[in-house]
Amino acid sequence: MFDHGKLEKNSILMLVGILIVVSIGGLVEIAPLFYLESTIEKVKGMRPYTPLELAGRNIYIREGCYNCHSQMVRPFRDEVERYGHYSLAAESMYDHPFQWGSKRTGPDLARVGGKYSDEWHSTHLIDPRSLVPESVMPGYPFLAKTPLKYTDIAKHLETNRMVGVPYDDAMIEAAKADLEAQVNPDADGVEAMQERYPGAQARNFDGQPGKPTEMDALISYLQVLGTMVDFSSYKAEENYR
Amino acid sequence: MNFLAYLPLGLAGLLGLSLAAGAADTPMYAHGLLLFGFAVAGVFWVISRDGDMGGPAVVREGGINYNDAIIRAGVVASTFWGVVGFTVGLVIALQLAFPVLNFDLPWTNFGRLRPLHTSAVIFAFGGNVLMMTSFHVVQRTCQARLAGGWAPWFVFWGHQLFLLMAATGYVTGVTQSKEYAEPEWYVDLWLTVVWVVYLLVFLGTLWRRKEPHIYVANWFYLAFIVTIAMLHIVNNLAVPVDLTSSKSYSLFSGVQDALTQWWYGHNAVGFFLTAGFLGIMYYYVPKQAERPVYSYRLSIVHFWSLIFLYIWAGPHHLHYTALPDWAQTLGMTFSIMLWMPSWGGMINGLMTLSGAWDKLRTDPILRLLAISVAFYGMSTFEGPLMSIKAVNGLSHYTDWTIGHVHSGALGWVGMVSFGAIYFLAPRMWARERLYSLRLVSVHFWLATVGIVLYAAAMWVSGIMQGLMWRAYDALGFLEYSFAETVEAMHPFYVIRALGGVLYVLGGLVMAWNVYKTARGDLRDERPYETSSAAPAAAPAE
Amino acid sequence: MFDNVTFEEAAMFAETWGLVYLAVMFAAVLIYALRPSAKKKFQDAAQIPFKED
Repeated sequence: MFDHGKLEKNSILMLVGILIVVSIGGLVEIAPLFYLESTIEKVKGMRPYTPLELAGRNIYIREGCYNCHSQMVRPFRDEVERYGHYSLAAESMYDHPFQWGSKRTGPDLARVGGKYSDEWHSTHLIDPRSLVPESVMPGYPFLAKTPLKYTDIAKHLETNRMVGVPYDDAMIEAAKADLEAQVNPDADGVEAMQERYPGAQARNFDGQPGKPTEMDALISYLQVLGTMVDFSSYKAEENYR
Repeated sequence: MNFLAYLPLGLAGLLGLSLAAGAADTPMYAHGLLLFGFAVAGVFWVISRDGDMGGPAVVREGGINYNDAIIRAGVVASTFWGVVGFTVGLVIALQLAFPVLNFDLPWTNFGRLRPLHTSAVIFAFGGNVLMMTSFHVVQRTCQARLAGGWAPWFVFWGHQLFLLMAATGYVTGVTQSKEYAEPEWYVDLWLTVVWVVYLLVFLGTLWRRKEPHIYVANWFYLAFIVTIAMLHIVNNLAVPVDLTSSKSYSLFSGVQDALTQWWYGHNAVGFFLTAGFLGIMYYYVPKQAERPVYSYRLSIVHFWSLIFLYIWAGPHHLHYTALPDWAQTLGMTFSIMLWMPSWGGMINGLMTLSGAWDKLRTDPILRLLAISVAFYGMSTFEGPLMSIKAVNGLSHYTDWTIGHVHSGALGWVGMVSFGAIYFLAPRMWARERLYSLRLVSVHFWLATVGIVLYAAAMWVSGIMQGLMWRAYDALGFLEYSFAETVEAMHPFYVIRALGGVLYVLGGLVMAWNVYKTARGDLRDERPYETSSAAPAAAPAE
Repeated sequence: MFDNVTFEEAAMFAETWGLVYLAVMFAAVLIYALRPSAKKKFQDAAQIPFKED
């Protein structure tokens, strides 16, 4: 029969025993999420980020925004009233990695898109307390002064495609042009960009003339958050899991 | 034997140079040079030691040739990183109370410094303490020298290089944004190499043992090393944008990524901050109390049930999110069950003192170890409570979580580590005793009062904010704006920072004490009455 | 393969067979640790930390 004495005496046996015991939980809990179809709701409107939004998302990650802002509205009355419709799994299906967060030192940002003007965002990011006196958020004045580095943006889209985001060849080829078009509403490429990324907004997000800045990218990301899913066609009762 | 050290060092140096030469961004360039610098320094270090891989603190005729030099290095590194990690924690606590301290600069903002704090205390302080104590415990309980020649030194210095790359990466904006797993892909790969060597050194030493039985502390260390390896590899699966770029995209997305992350995150707590430190408890508490563990049988039940249950508990970090309900329920159920083995372990640790309670009066080191176990019991009661969905609905996203983590981190992990450091310092430098036991008592009180201020402030601010978020006025509107809840927390953020000041001060007192002990100084002080001088060791109560 | 399993069915399985599985595992560990024949062995093992130097 099973002899624990052997286990104590034989370190390799013990190692294997430990591995088996600690694997069970992960296998039973995590693995089903990858093949259960019901894990991610069927919704209309989700699309990959535009190159500018993706660059902005990378700045959001770089500055550690996730340390203080969640992107996950829970299905509570107060949260739905404060932030909007509770978050769906489908809304982060193209997020590598996810940005749900774990702490709300600042408010949830899952549906911040479209709630404030671009000007509000850039003023607030430069000096948060000029708009919200009680805020404890750091100021990010350097974002408006730093030109966005995007020479390798096509590679970023390609890498995302490798991990499962449905960017097509045309999107990758036009990545740089699409990024530049999105900050210049008068450019020729805007319509083509919006055809590839339905609903994408083309504006001079930071309000400054000249080359795209990190502020442009970050605001374009904030303004798309939570705006993709078409909730008029979403049926909650079909997605209980 | 030395050529075995030169070859990997040379390869690491070449790798560093080529990374720097081809780097697509500044952090990658700097980290390539850092790797190269470490390799060059390593070659000179190996030469200068002239084949001396570290002997015992006291050479005895016919005794075992323990590697104590690496334990001394561990004491220094643990103390150093402890003070650094606590200080960065204090800085970010002050930033939340007084946001002007962010200085509007990229390198000093809260978002970049917070991972610096968490990594410095968990992986730098905690990691060095675990390596130090595991290397000490495995040698002493196996009565065998640490295996692998230079390999333990590779683990030690390789770990420090990992920490430097991670820390400099955070402040320059290199992060994966996965909490407690922020280092980017190439830093993760480096840690994987270091970790595999660590496992081999540990196993190799177990194989050298003269004793047929493997002492229970080593089971906990083994579970910690193996499970952390598994968690680290799976959670950090990512595709780099380019082999010369510091940026990568995680292999998983959205809900799958979230559960993988918190499966990792919770078990970093479970296996790094719990199982590993229980290894410390099962060796140093009996040693310092001079009596065997209360129940060896309970320790076996404790071990298997703890590691089995912990691994399931991760989903409680994702209650009411877009994670499917069944996974949330499973996580909650196992989290509640986890209360039992946790308290089994606490009882086993505390009851080891039974019949020796009087020592708590005269031995401040034992007092540190005992209060750490008490804090362990408190945190592991609070944890299951907070994993209940109804409670979590209130506590999640608030400072209650931060208070809970710190009662465990400052109280359990911190205090048990201080106890181990004070235990090791005089022995590893072969001194008669610590420089000062009275200063240990000063440290004990600074740390204890600091924790109480910290945890109490966070409980109040967390529960208050949770309630304010969901408060409705008589007309059925939300009563408070988000900004009003932020304003209400200000006084508690100041109190929390005060608690942090005390905890940092305690760390500095320890650093001074360790430094003087290493030098061989003895403070002229009134000694504690030793229990041997007292009549028959009767229980105090 | 598990596409048709509802939450209720999965919960039912966990509450019955899952419980039995856990109880059996736990009983096995308890029997092993508490069996009288191993008493001496464990008492000796508990003394290992005091054997060094």
